[in-house]
Amino acid sequence: MKMRLSLQHLCFFLMLAILVLLPFVNDSRTLIILLTQIFIFGILAMSYDILLGYTGIVSFGHAMFFGIGAYTTAVMLKQMEPTLSTFLISIVVGMLLAGFISFLVGLLTLRLKNHFFAMLTLSFSGLFLVVAEKWRSVTYGNDGFTFKAPEIFKDRMTFYFFVLTCLVVIFIALYRFVNSPTGRILIAVRENEQRTKSLGYNTLYYKVIASVVAGTVASLAGSLYAVSLRFVNTSVMTMDITLDALLMTIIGGVGTLVGPLLGSAVIEYAQHALSGLARDYPIFERWIIFFGILYILAVIFFPKGIIGSLRMMFWKWRLKHKEKNQSSVALSQEKERFE
Amino acid sequence: MNTLLKLNDVHTYIGQYHILQGVNFEAMEGQVSVLLGRNGAGKTTTLKTIMGLTPASKGDVEFRTHSIKKSPTYKVAKLGIGYVPENQGIFADLTVEENMKVAMRKEDTATFERQNYVLELFPDLKKFWKKAGGHLSGGQKQMLSMARAFINDSKLMLIDEPSKGLAPIVVEKVMEAIVEMKKQTSIILVEQNFMMASRIGDTYTLIDDGRTVHSGNMQDLIHHEELKRKYLGIG
Repeated sequence: MKMRLSLQHLCFFLMLAILVLLPFVNDSRTLIILLTQIFIFGILAMSYDILLGYTGIVSFGHAMFFGIGAYTTAVMLKQMEPTLSTFLISIVVGMLLAGFISFLVGLLTLRLKNHFFAMLTLSFSGLFLVVAEKWRSVTYGNDGFTFKAPEIFKDRMTFYFFVLTCLVVIFIALYRFVNSPTGRILIAVRENEQRTKSLGYNTLYYKVIASVVAGTVASLAGSLYAVSLRFVNTSVMTMDITLDALLMTIIGGVGTLVGPLLGSAVIEYAQHALSGLARDYPIFERWIIFFGILYILAVIFFPKGIIGSLRMMFWKWRLKHKEKNQSSVALSQEKERFE
Repeated sequence: MNTLLKLNDVHTYIGQYHILQGVNFEAMEGQVSVLLGRNGAGKTTTLKTIMGLTPASKGDVEFRTHSIKKSPTYKVAKLGIGYVPENQGIFADLTVEENMKVAMRKEDTATFERQNYVLELFPDLKKFWKKAGGHLSGGQKQMLSMARAFINDSKLMLIDEPSKGLAPIVVEKVMEAIVEMKKQTSIILVEQNFMMASRIGDTYTLIDDGRTVHSGNMQDLIHHEELKRKYLGIG
């Protein structure tokens, strides 16, 4: 256990060092923008993992919280002075708003069975989408609006490091959360809700906690996304965003936290690479078809997600290794006895 | 001897099915009360109704003279009723240690003393302390499930078919553990294995087609061949 933990820490610091040094080694604007997108969607996917992977809740309305963060930041930066402090305040306001709404939505819907809950979250998300479309005086409807980002983020590198810092902080916070006593109860709810109830836990309370945590973190991702584009429209609240988060989590490996990050990297990179190929090969103009094939292949070959499948391979290897060791020990003992 | 739990003419529906159609039952303090009956008679539903997992639609469930019929499951558990379900309900992704920790409602000295006590009862759990619950054998899962229910100061334990699917040697161990637990808590036991039930139980209640058909002292039932043949198919 100790060995595994230190190996995990080593991987974490190694990855962090690479991500910190990478922009100095290769300062390609495209690469930095791509990595920033990966980090932002990584935060969103990790928030979704709290729901799906750790609590067993399938939500079709997660984009609602992403949109709340995106719109809060965009509106505040447009209506007020676009300074760093306005941006930071907008993040906090967005997170509080998303936390409050996820609390209310969770309280109203999480009593229901999973599929009813999923449908209700979809309708709540639709409701917010309609509000964003119709409240034109603030949101400019479907067309959306551009706004100025804080001066400091004019340099893409600064924004890259800001998002990376957010990612690291959120990763550590969520890692601690899922390994806390509350996190253990969430896993218990995922595995057997009735049993958790009969151990004396009000499971609704814990599911609402998970919903609030996930909603708040998704809102942060939304705020960062809006600033990365300097533009917002209703697409931030559409089902596509929720599906992206869902696929990133499933492809990376549910209930692992690292998996969704990896899933975000795979999907963002695939989208970028496949759409890029269209310039040279016309067939890739229909890149979305290849993207679909990629999803199907991933689900066939990595049913437990990339991290889940790797873990399983590792366990199998360890078991084989252990069996081999045991049989060689038995063989040598037999040999000693014989001699 | 005081009545700990009382079911008065309890009716329970699961979906459109009328499963319990008038269960009357009393569990006394310090005793092992056994619920007996054929498969599908309604024994497991009776336990689930007590826990509030399948709430009663009619009748009343009283625990220490207070009605718990409308209480949600988590409140019933907090009153001191521990439940060991038929399928054990182990959290497969959590280790044995984490399974025990999740079950602890308080982390005080008394709880840790009880933990040490159950670990003495079930030494296998100590051995596999860091192993994931999903990797335990059927018997070990049963032990963990019972240990989890016992770790809190349970006034009453509901144990559903602890011998189901276990090897005879493991059944023996589980039975010994229940006898030990009996010294500290009252137990309602659902058991198909009549040999085991008759060795542990003080009183019995026979359920057939969702109704209580007979109850009394276990010693009387042991010698009542007709009842055993009619309702349990043995004798």
